[in-house]
Amino acid sequence: MSDRLSVFKTYKLFVGGKFPRSESGRVYEVTDSKGKWLANAPLSSRKDARDAVVAARKAFGGWSGATAYNRGQILYRVAEMLEGRREQFVAEVAEAEGLSKSKAAAQVDAAIDRWVWYAGWTDKITQVVGGTNPVAGPFFNVSSPAPTGVVAVVAPQESSLLGLVSVIAPVIAGGNTVLVVASEKAPLPALSLGEVLATSDVPGGVVNILSGKAAEIFPSLAAHQDVNAIDLAGADAELAKALEVAAADNLKRVVRPQAVDWAADPGTGRLTAFLETKTVWHPTGSLGAGGSSY
Amino acid sequence: MAFEYAPAPESRAVVDIAPSYGLFIDGEFREASDGKVFKTVSPSTEEVLSEVAQASAEDVDAAVKAARKAFEKWSALPGSERAKYLFRIARIIQERSRELAVLETLDNGKPIKETRDADLPLVAAHFFYYAGWADKLGHAGFGPDPKPLGVAGQVIPWNFPLLMLAWKIAPALAAGNTVVLKPAETTPLSALFFADICRQAGLPKGVVNILTGDGTTGAALVGHDGIDKVAFTGSTAVGKQIARTLAGTDKRLTLELGGKGANIVFDDAPIDQAVEGIVNGIFFNQGQVCCAGSRLLVQESIQDELLDALKRRMSTLRVGDPLDKNTDVGAINSAEQLARITALADSGEAEGAERWAPACELPGAGYWFAPTLFTNVTQAHRIAREEIFGPVLSVLSFRTPAEAVAKANNSQYGLSAGIWTEKGSRMLAVADKLRAGVVWANTFNKFDPTSPFGGFKESGFGREGGRHGLEAYLDV
Repeated sequence: MSDRLSVFKTYKLFVGGKFPRSESGRVYEVTDSKGKWLANAPLSSRKDARDAVVAARKAFGGWSGATAYNRGQILYRVAEMLEGRREQFVAEVAEAEGLSKSKAAAQVDAAIDRWVWYAGWTDKITQVVGGTNPVAGPFFNVSSPAPTGVVAVVAPQESSLLGLVSVIAPVIAGGNTVLVVASEKAPLPALSLGEVLATSDVPGGVVNILSGKAAEIFPSLAAHQDVNAIDLAGADAELAKALEVAAADNLKRVVRPQAVDWAADPGTGRLTAFLETKTVWHPTGSLGAGGSSY
Repeated sequence: MAFEYAPAPESRAVVDIAPSYGLFIDGEFREASDGKVFKTVSPSTEEVLSEVAQASAEDVDAAVKAARKAFEKWSALPGSERAKYLFRIARIIQERSRELAVLETLDNGKPIKETRDADLPLVAAHFFYYAGWADKLGHAGFGPDPKPLGVAGQVIPWNFPLLMLAWKIAPALAAGNTVVLKPAETTPLSALFFADICRQAGLPKGVVNILTGDGTTGAALVGHDGIDKVAFTGSTAVGKQIARTLAGTDKRLTLELGGKGANIVFDDAPIDQAVEGIVNGIFFNQGQVCCAGSRLLVQESIQDELLDALKRRMSTLRVGDPLDKNTDVGAINSAEQLARITALADSGEAEGAERWAPACELPGAGYWFAPTLFTNVTQAHRIAREEIFGPVLSVLSFRTPAEAVAKANNSQYGLSAGIWTEKGSRMLAVADKLRAGVVWANTFNKFDPTSPFGGFKESGFGREGGRHGLEAYLDV
């Protein structure tokens, strides 16, 4: 059998449910851990980032208004689609992170399972963190979590798929929309994840994936007046501080970078970090003292 | 017809204000390291009430060190013991509540009926509520054995001096933290009386430290390396500055900032109840309330009827001596705040809105502003966008529920909102769409220690009150 010339994939951004190139026309070379060329990835511009904010804002009303059950099914569908492409992602993660096939497989499996974990949370978190409050007066009073809005994320630099999924899944599970700047040196699994999301019933704009340099793109996102929160998981200390300062301008919620074992039980911290508590009061009225004693 | 009222002043004899007060550090009152002092005046008369110490950076350092030293033992106490200290404090506040109400009215300028019937009962209730959490933290949903953060630096505003102190100190102590608290420059006295209550309760020294001072003291406190957490209630501008100061550190932050609450009245609302709610929403505490309903959104079909009723009701508001039990609207807290309110109200007129205020005689001395409303207000007007923090209501109209929601959410703030309608499904639909942390439906300005309070967007982050309020003081 003669060697067949393979078809390379053009890696593209995932914005508003579509797969654009960077508007800047720029790309950068992505190599494996040994320096072998893998692909050219889009080198996103600040304009790409702003476009992604517009797409994320446009998607927010529909996604935050979807039922929790519906969001859970869609997140589970992502796991299903990812499972179907397991071999592709094992190969991509192995190349991206310089892992053996078995170690890469463990990363991909954990990433799939993480979607399942958060799929199950969408319709449970409200009861866990919300509830009725026994106020001292004739009022019905209930607190419920509500999504913060548009969340911008610097993806973890080392864990190209599991780390990425661990930061975007909790954001959208809570009803937010997200734009994420993928690991700079290992963006290919993230860009391929866009293809999974596009076939998982995730509405366009709910997840937006950019590749490029966080240090170039993210300052304008941290300062963007239509972004409600930022997760700095993959930012180094110096960049993170500058971004946190910029974020104060419209009081974005900020998750600071911290050492995280992405393989460990994720808990609910990244879910609740992007939820607001809304408390609603209403008078109850009174039937008087003559009500039922039985 | 207007009824005449005989004066009915609450007695000042119940409170004994010393001519001067020091800083409360490590369980003792002491002078500022550099001996600086400033005066606190009664806003309704401009009478000097007392002289208090202006804490320096050195004093901040001493207070933080005292709190750090106290943290070790306080955090190691069984929760049930911490609880008993807090229950003691709650009870002593109840015992001394009339004294504290009069003191608060003197120092702040708000009516005695508010300090007596709202501020003080809520202060005691807040301590009583969080006292009960101290030995139940493992059941609060933050893991089996959540830890305190350490030393909390807390900076509070002048609009509810003692209540904001309670919102800050009660959950912090229940969770096992120690605190350094700075009351507002214009209202330092009730926090200093609280220091005395801590002594009466036998609270270990250093657990609560009170530093009086101005913005420089606050800046020194939030910038101090020895604290683990900052909790701030105040203006959005200062809140942003604090967020910048804390960037790149490990210090935790919660902020409760400004608001421009929309009070939405639909055409099926019970008009008389809605009018009471609107008046309460914007004239309670002279409108110096972060969650005030300062934008009235009224459905166009009932606008004339509602405004007629509202103006009638505003004409009956009694403005004057805050110590008088019949007073509805007291003094503005400071000359500075009065100037800010005046300037913003003037901008309303300059930008083309129509100003109306009932005929009312304002006292000669002190800081006063008549209850005021503006009609013909557009969303672009400063009085529709900026927090006035005074008794000034901006009236806008809408036709459909969707328009009401869009206008309500058209703000950098997201603290509170009100909905007036008899239709339950509409109330719930609108409440769901409002981007605000507290939504009052067919009521307004209700507070309770069990009910989480805090904002969306630039109104800040974190919640005070309820189980949620513990999170701000636990390492979770």
